[in-house]
Amino acid sequence: MSRELFKFKGGVHPPEHKTESNGRPIHAAPLPKKLVVPLRQHMGTPAKPAVNVGDRVLKGQLIGTADGYISAAVHASSSGMVTAIDLQQVPHASGLPDLCIMIETDGRDEWIAHGPLDYQAMAPTDLRMQLRDMGIAGLGGAVFPSAVKLDPGAHICPTLIVNGGECEPWITCDDVLMRHHADEILQGVAVMRHLLGSTEILVGIEDNKPEAITAMQAAAQKMDFAVEVVAVPAIYPGGGAKQLIETLTGKQVPSGKLSTDIGIQVFNVGTAYALARAVHHGEPLISRLVTVTGHVLRPQNVEVLIGTPMHMLITLAGDRDGTTGVLMGGPMMGMPMPDMEVPVVKATNCILVQSNELFPPLPKALPCIRCTRCADVCPAELQPQELFRFAKAGDFGRAQEYHLFDCIECGCCSYVCPSHIPLVDFYRYAKSEIWAREKDKRAADLARERHEFRLFRLEREKKEKAEKLAAKAQAKRAEIAAEPTASGAPDAEAKKALIAAALARAQAKKAEIAPKNVDHLPPDTQREIEEIEARRAKIRALARQPLESEEKP
Amino acid sequence: MLTAILVMVGIAVVTGLVLGWSAIRFKVEGNPLAEKIDAILPQTQCGQCGFPGCRPYAEAIAKGEADINQCPPGGEEGVKKLAELLGVEPKPLDESHGTPKPKSVAFIDEQTCIGCTLCIQACPVDAIAGAAKQMHTIIAAECTGCELCLPPCPVDCISMVPIPEDLPHWKWKHPVVMLKKVA
Repeated sequence: MSRELFKFKGGVHPPEHKTESNGRPIHAAPLPKKLVVPLRQHMGTPAKPAVNVGDRVLKGQLIGTADGYISAAVHASSSGMVTAIDLQQVPHASGLPDLCIMIETDGRDEWIAHGPLDYQAMAPTDLRMQLRDMGIAGLGGAVFPSAVKLDPGAHICPTLIVNGGECEPWITCDDVLMRHHADEILQGVAVMRHLLGSTEILVGIEDNKPEAITAMQAAAQKMDFAVEVVAVPAIYPGGGAKQLIETLTGKQVPSGKLSTDIGIQVFNVGTAYALARAVHHGEPLISRLVTVTGHVLRPQNVEVLIGTPMHMLITLAGDRDGTTGVLMGGPMMGMPMPDMEVPVVKATNCILVQSNELFPPLPKALPCIRCTRCADVCPAELQPQELFRFAKAGDFGRAQEYHLFDCIECGCCSYVCPSHIPLVDFYRYAKSEIWAREKDKRAADLARERHEFRLFRLEREKKEKAEKLAAKAQAKRAEIAAEPTASGAPDAEAKKALIAAALARAQAKKAEIAPKNVDHLPPDTQREIEEIEARRAKIRALARQPLESEEKP
Repeated sequence: MLTAILVMVGIAVVTGLVLGWSAIRFKVEGNPLAEKIDAILPQTQCGQCGFPGCRPYAEAIAKGEADINQCPPGGEEGVKKLAELLGVEPKPLDESHGTPKPKSVAFIDEQTCIGCTLCIQACPVDAIAGAAKQMHTIIAAECTGCELCLPPCPVDCISMVPIPEDLPHWKWKHPVVMLKKVA
């Protein structure tokens, strides 16, 4: 290998803990009785339910359609009956429930009709749509819909990097996948290359995975295009997309930009494998490889159907006493799970069972002493101690000036902090506060715009009404003026004539609408009416006579 | 002597012309300070401040006719921001104008609505869809939660529903750091 490698700034070397789980063969997890498939498993808009409660679904059947461009579909992981579409606990740090489709499996695991796609004959747009409808999303962690990333659009990506770095301790699912499915990974890469038009394909694998490197190199020999498998030095977070780009090419992704802006696209090996399954077998993304490790008897990698509850996998790997919690992901970036019932989703690369021996609780934090060890290890070249100061004080504007949004939340700063401050938690807090404020600002701008338009509309309506009335009066006046009798008459006379005419019209109208309930009356009613009329006439006559008392003052 | 006077007069005339011309050419429409204040206000258009909308309140603050603590939807944070902008001391919210409430949107009970359009006329942001003798409904995404539609409703079919905390609205909390006691 002649490729010159580069070194990114910072990084740490936490204990790897990879050998616990990477030696065992891949097993398929047993079929659970109940699958809970969340509709929000990817970045972007959540999928829309496409089935009803009581429907029978087949394995691989679409149950949630992609909603919009940045979205992906979700599918039934096995055959069975849809029993509920409601809020269920999902693997999220908030512990809040989200909309899920619950399927009671029938044990038959019956596939829906499916077959390979002739991707080379398909129009790129159709192929991308197909991949979106097959639910393909990035399996490296961010779960960004792959169809969007495979759209070269305005950016041509001559370099395609396949990320087999897997730098996070404990996790070995990518390592094991590369050892066992290297050929299929590269078949997926061929599809990516077809869509992106990339000319240079690099596979970056950390040098602590020699078996995976050998397997991938052997597979690369068989491909009809050049694939360079590069061993990169093992350092955390060397498998981060931006860090791997820098290691392999020496290029840095500018602040606030995407890797595609410098002509590089990065995909995880798991995504490439899922893509190959989708294109060559017509299988949507309904299962993934999950590392179950930590405080369990048999740490291993399992092929798991999306929607399988996590406790099943922990039982499969042999649960032990003294479990203190479960992380989804590794110890550096993982999220604590609200409970063990939550389902495996597309983002679940690892289930890390914690115990006090393996993960002793963090000692209480001490004040920041500004030792800047965090700045030394920050791979994004930020000043974590400053970001911490601003985030803690709620000075989010300054935090943004210090490039808070370039933070990849890798956790290196928290790892080295001698005061044990949970720094990343502060950055996450600051980021979500900033996003919430931006959302509020957009809502306020919309409200202002709508209010201003309403005021304008009311004003316009008032003006239009006045104009209409004026025009009507004008027309009437012109009509009167046109009449020959009124010609030459002074204004007052014309007005009088106008009033007289209006009165005459009103009289005519009144005469027209004669009361209709007095026709064909029986004689006694007729007599009664006549009596009343006579009384009225008398009263009227009386009223016309001046009162005697008034005559004699 | 004469030359000096002429030169000075000449300079004065030229500068005067330039200043006069730029006063017309670069005239600022509206009040830039009111604009800045308006940008801080939450735009609920609720009128709790005593002015018919956020913009009139902003203009009143700019003119010094209104205090900065009359906007309950803006909360203490809004007061703080206004104080920072105007260079004055922040003060607690004036309770006589109301107290901050959790963010809500209006909800019309469609069973009870008689289609009188009174709420539509009251809504400051045109967030109610409907017509005479037709059922009305709130466009939730555009409702500012100002509550101005509540009083005109003759059948009291509008209620305020607080926005629940769900996944898209969830925020990371400020970390609670247990500080070790240092003797």
